[in-house]
Amino acid sequence: MYTQSLNTAVQRDGAEEDPQKLAAFQAKIDREEKIEPNDWMPAAYRKTLIRQISQHAHSEIVGMLPEGNWITRAPSLKRKAALLAKVQDEGGHGLYLYSAAETLGISREEMVEQLHTGKAKYSSIFNYPTLNWADVGAVGWLVDGAAIMNQIPLCRCSYGPYARAMIRICKEESFHQRQGYELLLTMMKGSEDQRQMVQDAVNRLWWPALMMFGPSDKDSVNTADSMRWKIKRFTNDELRQKFVDATVPQAEVLGITLPDPDLRFDEESGHYVYGEPNWEEFYNSIKGNGICNKQRLKDRVKAHTDGAWVREAALAYARKERERREAGKQAAE
Amino acid sequence: MANDLFTYTMRLADDAAILSQRLAGWCGHASHLEEDIALTNIALDQIGCARLLYAYAGEIEGKGRDEDALCFNRNEREFTNLLLLEQPNDDFAYAIVRQFFYSAYVLLFWQALKSSKDERLAGIAAKAEKEAAYHLRHSAEWVVRLGDGTEESRSRIEEAIEFLWMYTGEMFEMDEVATALAEQGIAVDAAAIKPAWNKSINEVFARADLSVPTGTWMQTGGRNGEHSEHLGHVLAPMQYLQRAYPGLVW
Repeated sequence: MYTQSLNTAVQRDGAEEDPQKLAAFQAKIDREEKIEPNDWMPAAYRKTLIRQISQHAHSEIVGMLPEGNWITRAPSLKRKAALLAKVQDEGGHGLYLYSAAETLGISREEMVEQLHTGKAKYSSIFNYPTLNWADVGAVGWLVDGAAIMNQIPLCRCSYGPYARAMIRICKEESFHQRQGYELLLTMMKGSEDQRQMVQDAVNRLWWPALMMFGPSDKDSVNTADSMRWKIKRFTNDELRQKFVDATVPQAEVLGITLPDPDLRFDEESGHYVYGEPNWEEFYNSIKGNGICNKQRLKDRVKAHTDGAWVREAALAYARKERERREAGKQAAE
Repeated sequence: MANDLFTYTMRLADDAAILSQRLAGWCGHASHLEEDIALTNIALDQIGCARLLYAYAGEIEGKGRDEDALCFNRNEREFTNLLLLEQPNDDFAYAIVRQFFYSAYVLLFWQALKSSKDERLAGIAAKAEKEAAYHLRHSAEWVVRLGDGTEESRSRIEEAIEFLWMYTGEMFEMDEVATALAEQGIAVDAAAIKPAWNKSINEVFARADLSVPTGTWMQTGGRNGEHSEHLGHVLAPMQYLQRAYPGLVW
């Protein structure tokens, strides 16, 4: 579902890059040409991208869990099909993104291992629980909505495979966002119980959605490299502002109250002014102290561990088939 | 006759709904991403099929019950799905064998139902047949991989085959409802497709050197609403919101 601005700064390795190659690389980026897997690239660019793309892929996969929590309880067959298809799309996004990262020289197994050992991060939003059916709509509207703000600029990312994956992913995400909003609209037109569920879901997910854009620019780790390399094109606060500006009028149409007493429209700037997210909660969620962090990782590790015998069987069978084919060929010769 | 047709259509709808609910339990939890996506595809096909069948059953009944009223507001004893399909996802081998036994049957079933004199059922069968052919190919490939994979996968799939075998007989039962409709050229003579099903099972099992169980005692009851203990647990989460907040639009 989506990438988060965390840890994008990469520790520089001691080795100096060849200045001529570096200049040609930067010139290519400045001409808005794509960098492809076989092109020369500085080690730090590669490392930054591997970190960001794998983090993004992990977020898609872990993101299947909070929504998956409602699949067996969806209240109509139509909603069940839509939710299943959405969660499946996220699995598909994870696949494209792992493949995009693999073009940079890391294997899916290594990335999965990094996720399972806690070495790699994923978006903090998925460490929040989905507690009522309206959460499914609110995740679509707010979480996919925030993801789209982050991801639209990534469609122009300098690294070709990532940019191309993002184009496809963004199309699906905007469909998810509209679907989530429509789910909430339907509930708002329903009973008082349903309206309360929507308000409750938005109360819980609004701030975590704002935190998806990462720390405030003033506290953000150095993103100069990512900006110069055109991996990142807007700062965290710029993207957050765009999201707030787009979302507040949608909340008004929906008829819910966003849980921020400081939220107001500023005539002078033409933007909404909003309060300060609880960054302590954010950093804690990133560190593993969110209410669902341990549960999410445990579920991922369990699926992987429980499925080990299946993957091993598939590999063993493929090996036997190959041997049989080769034996057949030799016998024919 | 309308009553028989309703009963018959509901059986097929319940089969699809209960299997989709079981398969949906894998989403996000399968052994690897590719298989997660594949199992979800099969679940989505089953939901699509359930929706068409419930909607048609509701029209036949003519009491204003729509697909959701029929799926979410009936009790365990009113559900008439096959016992095989409510069996739990004990592990991937159970899920694959359940799918394989059912897909091998239902592909033949839809092929026959395509010539039903009831045009709506024939139309649904034509769509479902294409999907079932894919489900059968997918599950059969896994039967072979697990049977001829590692020692562990072989022992797991042997266990699942042995356990689920006793639920396969029910697929070929013909009761009064099915027989009356078959005589009118509407329903499928399920007993008649059994030899082709046996052949399909034998061929796939032979590829992995798996034995077909010899047990002949078969469980029955699903078509009359007499289920295993599992069905209640399938329905409880599925129907929770509709039961807790009746009569709402979601």
